[in-house]
Amino acid sequence: MERFVISILVNNHSGVLSRVSGMFTRRGFNIDTLTVGETESPEFSRITISIHGDKAICNQIVKQLEKMYDVKTVKVLKRDETVARELLLIKVKNSPESRQEIVSVVDIFHAKITDYSPEALVIEIRGSSTKINAFIELVQPYGIMEMCRTGLVALERGGNCLKDA
Amino acid sequence: MKLKGAQIVIETLIEQGTTTVFGYPGGQVIDIYDALYLAKDRINHIITAHEQGASHAADGYARATGKVGVVIATSGPGATNLVTGIATAYLDSIPIVAITGNVPNSLIGRDSFQEVDITGVTMPITKHNFLVKKVEDLAPTIREAFRIAKSGRPGPVLVDIPKDVQNALYEYEKAPVVEKTPVAEVDNALIEQAAQLIAESKKPYIYIGGGAITDDAGAEIMALADKIDAPIGCTMMGLSAVPTSNPRWLGMEGMHGHYASSIAQNEADLIITAGCRFSDRGTGNTKKYALNAKIIHIDIDASELNKNIKAELGISGSMKKVFAALTDAVEAVKHEEWSARIQELKEETEKLEKQDNTLTPFTAIDAIAEAAENANENIIVATDVGQHQMWTAQRYPFKESRTFISSGGLGTMGFGLGAAIGASTATGKKTVLVTGDGSFGMNLNELATAVTNQTPVIIFIMNNGVLGMVRQWQTLFYDKHYSNTTLERKTDFVKLAEAFGLNGYRAFNLAELKDVLKKAFAENGPVLIDCAIDCDAFVLPMLPPGGSIDDIIVDPSAM
Repeated sequence: MERFVISILVNNHSGVLSRVSGMFTRRGFNIDTLTVGETESPEFSRITISIHGDKAICNQIVKQLEKMYDVKTVKVLKRDETVARELLLIKVKNSPESRQEIVSVVDIFHAKITDYSPEALVIEIRGSSTKINAFIELVQPYGIMEMCRTGLVALERGGNCLKDA
Repeated sequence: MKLKGAQIVIETLIEQGTTTVFGYPGGQVIDIYDALYLAKDRINHIITAHEQGASHAADGYARATGKVGVVIATSGPGATNLVTGIATAYLDSIPIVAITGNVPNSLIGRDSFQEVDITGVTMPITKHNFLVKKVEDLAPTIREAFRIAKSGRPGPVLVDIPKDVQNALYEYEKAPVVEKTPVAEVDNALIEQAAQLIAESKKPYIYIGGGAITDDAGAEIMALADKIDAPIGCTMMGLSAVPTSNPRWLGMEGMHGHYASSIAQNEADLIITAGCRFSDRGTGNTKKYALNAKIIHIDIDASELNKNIKAELGISGSMKKVFAALTDAVEAVKHEEWSARIQELKEETEKLEKQDNTLTPFTAIDAIAEAAENANENIIVATDVGQHQMWTAQRYPFKESRTFISSGGLGTMGFGLGAAIGASTATGKKTVLVTGDGSFGMNLNELATAVTNQTPVIIFIMNNGVLGMVRQWQTLFYDKHYSNTTLERKTDFVKLAEAFGLNGYRAFNLAELKDVLKKAFAENGPVLIDCAIDCDAFVLPMLPPGGSIDDIIVDPSAM
């Protein structure tokens, strides 16, 4: 099982996300993360999907996506030629006993405390998914109240663009 | 010229070459029906008894002609009644455009009367669908729907039109019939690789599916088969692509395929597959499927390559062109040993399928073919789903492409009558619907449609009083627990026919059957034949579900 990051350029109108995600459900492909947003051109949205599977499953997903009317371009991004980031907002219990330790973890991970109250700290961290997983594991003992991950966004390094693929 | 949206719909259908549409009026399509009224000298509309029947009729129209079939239904229940028909077309890659009315834009999303999100409902069973919110998008969207439906691997497209869009005025200008999206040319290197695999093969087997009919590739298939001395097998959807009289023809393989076709496929060292998706009904257990063979898979839909079966070589492109290019690229060869083996298998199959002079499913189908021959009718054969369908697929001597109309992928019981009406309407040909008492019971209301339009459909019911295919499984795999498959209905199909306004005949033996078939073929409109079939007649051979060629059942009494 490998991780694949698939970038998809789609028409930017209503219903397209549900068509794309519906195809995954219908054909039994599991999505690990999914992000979507407008691109430099308002005509198109960019969907980034990360999946776990073998090469054959990834190829099949690409072929099925390419058939869809609203899908313009599909590309599997190569790990070493890709900048991939995720953002995590996490609310951790605040207490005088644990505060200093949490602040140390935040410093080491170059994270940021974005909200402070006597009961809770809201921490913001961005980076690779593995970095974020590691951070969550470290703050777990202090009590995670709630958290929210964006899922992966990714761009190819260098001058290549999805719209030209 | 400025027209109402509803008129633009009808003008665009006419402009795209539609001669007959099937449908059913309702609150949110009154405007479209008004436009049909105004254009009635230029486009024919057939009202069915139920929207499902209309969807199957549009499908039958498309299967019989290769043209895009069109069905119209109102919002809500009208639209949801199309769902089975659309799914049937989707699974068999049949080009239809379904047009539904919807509540006005201002009422959408408010759970209004007869409102349903039909684009949401049909998303997984259409190639694409559209909700047209603005009248200026109407004509371009319908043209796009036709283009999508018929391009590449065909399929259904739904266009949902709110009532206010049907009422709005907009400029309409006639446009030409939309062209199919061109299919990419095949890389010559792939043809060379395929030719190399063919040259190395001692036991090649050509295996074709419905794509052969879509792409009208029969002649190219036969040419390649002749040059490389290969037999031709097919899926159920591939039936009629090549005449069954062709000496290379082995017929359908798979769960209920001919013995020779299934065994030969398993013994082949190379399978050249085209326009086929390796459905589970064709392959059985994929881990044990054709283990002796390398596979060349040709399909117009690139996503089919390596989807169900891993191929040695995948070629995405037009089947007709790829076969022609392959025929040019290969050397003519003869495979004496392989041909002898095929001959041997054909003889074994003939023995297995030999009939005496009594009424059996096979002799009944032979009698239909004979009656058609005697009446000098070039008929279309439609079926419903079940044992009768398999018997027809195994036995009927098809001469021309597009003369076998049957629901393959979805296996839709109740498909046949609507589809037969559609096929006959589109071609003007006499159409024999072979059905079962179970399937026929599902949508027999369309008898009314056949009578009104005097459609020349011969409804041939193989009446065994049971749901035979399920019963067969219950006999073989469920200890004869005949749960809800013994119908015990008291329906008199002859009286039923009379009540609907057509003649009905009954046959209990072969002599009676031949006699009533003669009468039926002499009639011009619809006619029904109720033919008694033994409830324990089996479809054989059978590869048990999930089984492989090693598990083939030819004689169930030996189990």
